[in-house]
Amino acid sequence: MGGFREGIEAAVPALRRYARALTRNRELADDLVQDTLVRALRSEHLFHGGDIRSWLYTILTNLNRNRLRALARRPALQPIEDNDAAEVAGPEAGARDIERALASLVEDQRSALLLVVLEGLSYREVAQVQGVPIGTVMSRLARARLQIKAYLDGERPALRRIK
Amino acid sequence: MIDQNPPVTEEELHAYVDGELAPDRRVAVEAWLASHPEDAARVAQWRAQADAIRARFGVLASEPVPARFDLDNLARGARSWRGAAAAAVVLAFLTGGVVGWMAHGASAAAPSRFDTFTTQALDAHKVYVVEVRHPVEVTGGERPHLVQWLSKRLDYELRIPDLESNGLKLVGGRLLPGPFGPAAFCMYEGPSGERFTIYYARTDSPQTAMRYREADRFAALYWVERGLAYVVSGPPERERLLSIAQAAYDQIDKGTPQAK
Repeated sequence: MGGFREGIEAAVPALRRYARALTRNRELADDLVQDTLVRALRSEHLFHGGDIRSWLYTILTNLNRNRLRALARRPALQPIEDNDAAEVAGPEAGARDIERALASLVEDQRSALLLVVLEGLSYREVAQVQGVPIGTVMSRLARARLQIKAYLDGERPALRRIK
Repeated sequence: MIDQNPPVTEEELHAYVDGELAPDRRVAVEAWLASHPEDAARVAQWRAQADAIRARFGVLASEPVPARFDLDNLARGARSWRGAAAAAVVLAFLTGGVVGWMAHGASAAAPSRFDTFTTQALDAHKVYVVEVRHPVEVTGGERPHLVQWLSKRLDYELRIPDLESNGLKLVGGRLLPGPFGPAAFCMYEGPSGERFTIYYARTDSPQTAMRYREADRFAALYWVERGLAYVVSGPPERERLLSIAQAAYDQIDKGTPQAK
C-alpha cells in the first residue's frame, strides 16, 4: 500500500521533467502530470507490481496522445506556446535550438528519444510504454536523431545570420 | 586484413550510445568507430544531442514539487471522481446518448476549462477589487436576496459561504457574463481591506481536485463540484487562499444552512 504511494510520489519530479520536454509548455505539462497522478491513484487496483515509473510514463504518454487527438479534431484552437522563452533567453540560445529541434519531431519519435536520453529508460521499457516492439522503438530513435541533426544543420546558420 | 567480427549495424551504434549494446560487441563497435570516422562523427552528434536535451530539461526534475501534486489531495479527488463519472454517464444517456458522451470526452481532454474559468475569475477580481464605491450590485446586507437572485440566474442553488471565521465579511455579489452563460461573483473583505472573491459558473467538466494558479499580482484556486466551477481569488498568499477556499468548500460541500 505505502510502497505504491511512495513510488508514485518519488516519480513526480521526473514526470514533470518528461512532460515539460514532451509538450514544451509548463501549464500543459503540469496538467498532464496531475491527470496522470489522478489516473494512477484511481487505478491502484489495476497495478500488479512491476516498475511504477514505467507505468506512470505509459499513462502520461497515452494521455498526451489523447490530448493531441482532441486538438487535431479542432485544428488551430490551441497553438503550443513557448511559455519558457524568458528562461532561455540570450546566451542560452543553444537550448532554444534543441527545443525547436524536438518540436519538429513527430510525437512518437520525440517521446521515444526523451524516454531514452532524458529519463534513462531501457529500449525494452520504452517498448512497453509505447506499446510497440523494440524494433519500432529503435527505428523511432534513429529517425528522431536524423531529424534533429537535419533541423540543427538547417537552422543554425539561419539563426546566426539573424543575430 | 579480414575483420573477424560481423560488420557493425546502425542499430548497434544507437545501442552503443544508449548503453544498450551487448557487452561482447563493445570492443568490436569501438574498433569499428576508430576506423570509420563518419560513423564516429554520427555517434558524437547523437551524444551531443542527448547532452543538449539533458542540459535543457534535466534541471526541471530538481524543481520543488508544487502543492497541487500532493497525492492525498489528488486521491480524495480521485475517489469522488468515480461518482462524478457515473453521473456524467447517466447524464450523457439522458441528454442525447453517444453524442453527449463524446462531447464530454472531448472537453475532458482539452486542458482549457481550468484556464478559461480562472482567467475569467481573475479578470473580474482585478476589475472589481479596486472598486471603492460600487464593488458589488447587491450588498452582503441583502444576503438572502443575493443568494436567490444569483441562484435563479445560474439556475443552480448557490451557497454563498460565511467566512467570518476566516476574518472575512461578505461585501456582496454581482452577476457576470461567463464563457458559457451567466456567472456569479461574490466579494469578501478582511480587516485590513484585503479582498477575496468567489466566482461560480456552471460547467459540464467532471469533479476535480483543487488547483492553484498565480497570475500577475493575484492567485486563484479552482475546483469543480457537482456541475459548478468555483474559483476563489485573492492576493498570492497560497496558504491563506487555501484555508479560505477550504472553508468555502467545506460549507458548500456539507450544505451548511446559509447564515442570515
